[in-house]
Amino acid sequence: MSNLDNLYREIIMEHYKNPRNKGLIDDANYQSVRIKNPSCGDDITMQTLIIDGIIKDCRQVATGCSISVASASVLSEIMIGKKIEDALKLADNFLNMVSNKDYDETVDLEEAMVFNGVKQFPARIKCASIAWVAFKDTLNKE
Amino acid sequence: MSDNIRKDFPQLKDDYIYFDTAATSLKPKTVIEACEMYNSRLSANINRGMYAQSVETTNLYEESREKVARFINAKTEEIVFTRGTTASLNLVASSYGLNFLDETSEIVISEQEHHSQFLPWQNVANKTGAKLRFIELDKAGKITIEAFKKVLNSHTKIVAISYVSNVLGYLNPVEEMIELAHHVGALVVLDAAQAIQHFPVDVKKLNVDFLAFSGHKMLGPTGVGVLYGKSRYLDLLEPIEFGGDMNEDVEKQTSTWKKAPQKFEAGTMPIASIIGLAKAIEYLENLGFDRLSKITEELYDRLYSGLSKIVGIKIYNPKSDSGIITFNLADIPAHDAITYYAMKNIALRSGQHCAKLIHDFLGINSSLRASVYIYNTVLEVDRFIEVTKEALAYFQEIGF
Repeated sequence: MSNLDNLYREIIMEHYKNPRNKGLIDDANYQSVRIKNPSCGDDITMQTLIIDGIIKDCRQVATGCSISVASASVLSEIMIGKKIEDALKLADNFLNMVSNKDYDETVDLEEAMVFNGVKQFPARIKCASIAWVAFKDTLNKE
Repeated sequence: MSDNIRKDFPQLKDDYIYFDTAATSLKPKTVIEACEMYNSRLSANINRGMYAQSVETTNLYEESREKVARFINAKTEEIVFTRGTTASLNLVASSYGLNFLDETSEIVISEQEHHSQFLPWQNVANKTGAKLRFIELDKAGKITIEAFKKVLNSHTKIVAISYVSNVLGYLNPVEEMIELAHHVGALVVLDAAQAIQHFPVDVKKLNVDFLAFSGHKMLGPTGVGVLYGKSRYLDLLEPIEFGGDMNEDVEKQTSTWKKAPQKFEAGTMPIASIIGLAKAIEYLENLGFDRLSKITEELYDRLYSGLSKIVGIKIYNPKSDSGIITFNLADIPAHDAITYYAMKNIALRSGQHCAKLIHDFLGINSSLRASVYIYNTVLEVDRFIEVTKEALAYFQEIGF
């Protein structure tokens, strides 16, 4: 069961049970993107506040499996304070990593590295990716 | 007992347990060989070549239609080949619904419906102004005649329901519903995708107006489905696809169509799959529905009894009528739970099974669905129950 243990890392379970930056802010300066995955029941909204090209705040609301919920939480934590371009680079690298594609290993994925085990489970790539796709879309709305 | 059956299904290898027949059934060798025979030996089109291969292909194609007709006690001209249940139901909704319904009409439907039945009628309602009326389900999620009567009235034009629910596996009281619907002048569109593989379906006895099912859930190939319609309604309906083979006379400004069912089969149809479907029906007939039900019921009872004894498991459909058990492991999200089964080489379904409204009704985001069929065994059921216990213990151990 080593693959499964590698998927369900303690940090992931911890974020699943105690999601960070949870709850949306009712403020027009925030950009929000909601993605629902009708096949599995995941429902994730990501929100960002950008000031002078910096992500000043990142909020999220996620229901779904542990991987999708924890992924939204980890993302929100590591993105606050980042420049948009760095955030996009990190997000693209993350998405490539979980999809088992080539990615730039020199980019520090920080705590998001805990999702490294997802690539062993092709059926779960979507779970880990939804929040990141929604997050990127909030930046594209800027 | 099912050893003889199992050897007919080449997909069953090693320790692979296939408990996902409600999504698509496995295909027996005879079906695979029929498709292969068409592709390798004939590979001709129907109705348009005077050479031997085309004539033989046309014959096989029409024999398949006859076989389907006998199978559900219909006339051959009442059998339309389609891409699947979804295409069949869309055909009725687009052709009948969009043309014959208006803002005074009501469509009776239920939260049990698969999206392939629900969304086409929701679209008709939105486009025509017709009203969607939902049959109030009882606590168990079942349709009762009393609840059905409450939404039925002289405005009801369509009753669109499933024969058997794809999530809960309940057999709906369709015979009585059809009779009541006809009393108010409504037509009944029955989704038989989860019924056709489990018991004999007799359209005459049901007196149903339209009935849809897919080949791939009844041991047949993907890409082929059936729409049964009473002749007088099929004659009334306009095609929704236009193209080769469905036309009679073509002129610059107006054209005319062939009679049903040909007017609905535009372009080159999935010929190999249609030929394969006949073999699937033969397989079911040779086995017989009595024996089939006996096998499935025994497996279902054992599975239900084993799963229901596990502390923490939530089963949403006790006493299902069709080998379907829908459940969750405590509060563990279905997508997490299913990963454990997948690692153990066990196939089942997780998510909303293309039926979100019934999940809203149950108050859950997602569920696991196991479905057993003729090629499954008691040993597989026992292993499934053991793996379920292990999975629950594993997830609880890591903190769920």
